[in-house]
Amino acid sequence: MSVEATGPADATTVDATPAPAGGGFVHRLLMAVGPILAALVLAGAILLAVGVDPLAYYGTVLQRGLLSPLGIQQTLTRMAPLLFVAAGLIVAFRAGMWNLGGDGQFLLGAVTSAASAPLLVEVLPGWMALPIAFVLATAVAMIWSLVPALLRAYQGVNEIITTLMMTFLGTSLANVLVKLVFLDPSTTVPQTRTLPVEDRLPRLFDTTITSGLVFGLVAIIAVHLMMTRTAFGLKLRIVGANPRAAIHAGLGVPKLTVAVFALSAGLVGLGGAVDILGVQGNVRADWNPAYGLAVIPAVFLARMNGFAAIGFVFLLSVLSIGGESAARRVGVPNTFTLVLVAIVLVMLALAEYFDHRHNQSRKV
Amino acid sequence: MTGLFSEVFLGALLFGAVTAAIPLLLAGLGEQMSEKAGVLNIGIEGMMICGAYCGFVGAFYSGSLWFGFLTGALGGMAVALVMALLCVRLGLNQIVIGIALTLGLEGLTALLHHFQFSRSYPRLPAADATVIPVLSEIPVLGPALFQHHLLVYIAVALVVVMSIIYRRTQLGLNLQAAGDKPAALDVAGVDVVRTRTVAVLTTGGMAGLGGAYLANVGAGLFIPFITNGAGFLGIVLAMLARGRPVWVLFGALLFGICLSLTTAMQVAGINIPTDVIQMLPFLAVMIMLVLFGRRASLPAALGIPYERGAR
Repeated sequence: MSVEATGPADATTVDATPAPAGGGFVHRLLMAVGPILAALVLAGAILLAVGVDPLAYYGTVLQRGLLSPLGIQQTLTRMAPLLFVAAGLIVAFRAGMWNLGGDGQFLLGAVTSAASAPLLVEVLPGWMALPIAFVLATAVAMIWSLVPALLRAYQGVNEIITTLMMTFLGTSLANVLVKLVFLDPSTTVPQTRTLPVEDRLPRLFDTTITSGLVFGLVAIIAVHLMMTRTAFGLKLRIVGANPRAAIHAGLGVPKLTVAVFALSAGLVGLGGAVDILGVQGNVRADWNPAYGLAVIPAVFLARMNGFAAIGFVFLLSVLSIGGESAARRVGVPNTFTLVLVAIVLVMLALAEYFDHRHNQSRKV
Repeated sequence: MTGLFSEVFLGALLFGAVTAAIPLLLAGLGEQMSEKAGVLNIGIEGMMICGAYCGFVGAFYSGSLWFGFLTGALGGMAVALVMALLCVRLGLNQIVIGIALTLGLEGLTALLHHFQFSRSYPRLPAADATVIPVLSEIPVLGPALFQHHLLVYIAVALVVVMSIIYRRTQLGLNLQAAGDKPAALDVAGVDVVRTRTVAVLTTGGMAGLGGAYLANVGAGLFIPFITNGAGFLGIVLAMLARGRPVWVLFGALLFGICLSLTTAMQVAGINIPTDVIQMLPFLAVMIMLVLFGRRASLPAALGIPYERGAR
């Protein structure tokens, strides 16, 4: 047996107790807000140590990431790709497969859509062109996951190694494609052709929020319902909880494994396409937002629950958009956001641990 | 293409390969120990970058490269201590904490570097090479392989040390048991938490040392995100090596050659995007896995926190 035994164990225990014993809503709110406050204090101490007023920094982050009209629109736009990545990871993790190759799948999806969409809109109406680009991006990301999927399904090769390696390969391949194959000949900057703004995904009403947000929300909720409410989802969770039992139960584990990888990678690839077709418009060489790595912990902390993941993705977006503005205005480099996110993650994990301990000691 | 296979070029290529391989070797050997003991150490990238930063700062202010290596190793161990506390002692999820540590340390080192050096990137003086007599006089191979900083030989010697530890010592057995059947180790009267803590701290020290070498000798300076996935490569190497230190060495050299080829091609003015060459080692390993993919022999309890009495 290998590593896959850990995640599923978490998943099953969580499933058994959807609501924490006792406490109810207030308790849950406290569990979410307390650790975040603690993290803000800790991170503030770091800011103080380097000579920055933490209150001014947090004020800017909050103002620019959440409260200002422009900021909240940017935040909601940033959520769109992240929601797809989160949805893809939820499928894989609930089925007990460590898809750590999100970044490669994301970038290949992005490059595929960036390469195909500008050509498609020239010959097809927009309502046909964009869906085709989405399908292509999904297909490429799915194909990219095929090697780790088949190796895991039929050879038992650990997917952590293979997906990690495929992600290194995928980021390089995406760069090669941008620099050599899909290069826009009309600019000197190495990047793909730019999709004209009017051909991109429509924006919501009169805002700058991309409609990708709606797709993202639909995707993650659909994934959540699929995993918790359908027979297919149940099968996947059984594979995740206990692969051996799944074989004895007569489930076609290898085929399900391949299906999980395809679904997971396809969703992550869609995330890349949504980011390109809705927001960026093209892929520049060496562009790698590394959303995959950032979303993994958020998905875990949401206990692979789709609705909770939406909340964490929102938090992540506020921090990253607000942090980008604060970098310019307060003079704290953008990288501080990483520190803040890391401390929040550790604090939330700690809070969960102590809550669990507390509950257990009460039961005894 | 004339200069491509000249002795000078080949020598530089090999020299660069060894320089690039050493951080990977140290990280891979470290990760191997963690994994043997049942801890999947995804935070190793964070340990490396912390080691790189602490190592650089130590060497920069003291003027001594060895002091830098010491601070680098200590920096890596400091991160490992957090990991050990959270994941080994409290049993928190190793992947969540590992990724959090990686993200956090990447951000923190970049932040500290920004406030300390602003946008300047001071360089360290070139490291002194230890020339091994006789061997270094072999044409081409000699200067490429036997004129490195002393730490390089120490790192290679560590491969032997690790092999002996795993095969011949009580500690090696304990580590193996902590990864395969921690409950049995516990019954035998050995503290699982302590064994795993030792393994994680060792990993941190080695990853930190690797990071410090990367910054101080390999690059001669610290830039944010300098490790650029070297820690993750270490994880890949450790998993591919299936618990054998010598395979980590081979793997590290393979990746080192490819990394060195990237720079060498650029110097030689050959117009291939570096990304193509960067893909080579991964492609090679994937092909090997597809052809010879056997069941991975990872420790049974890898990634599972140990809790006494838990079923």
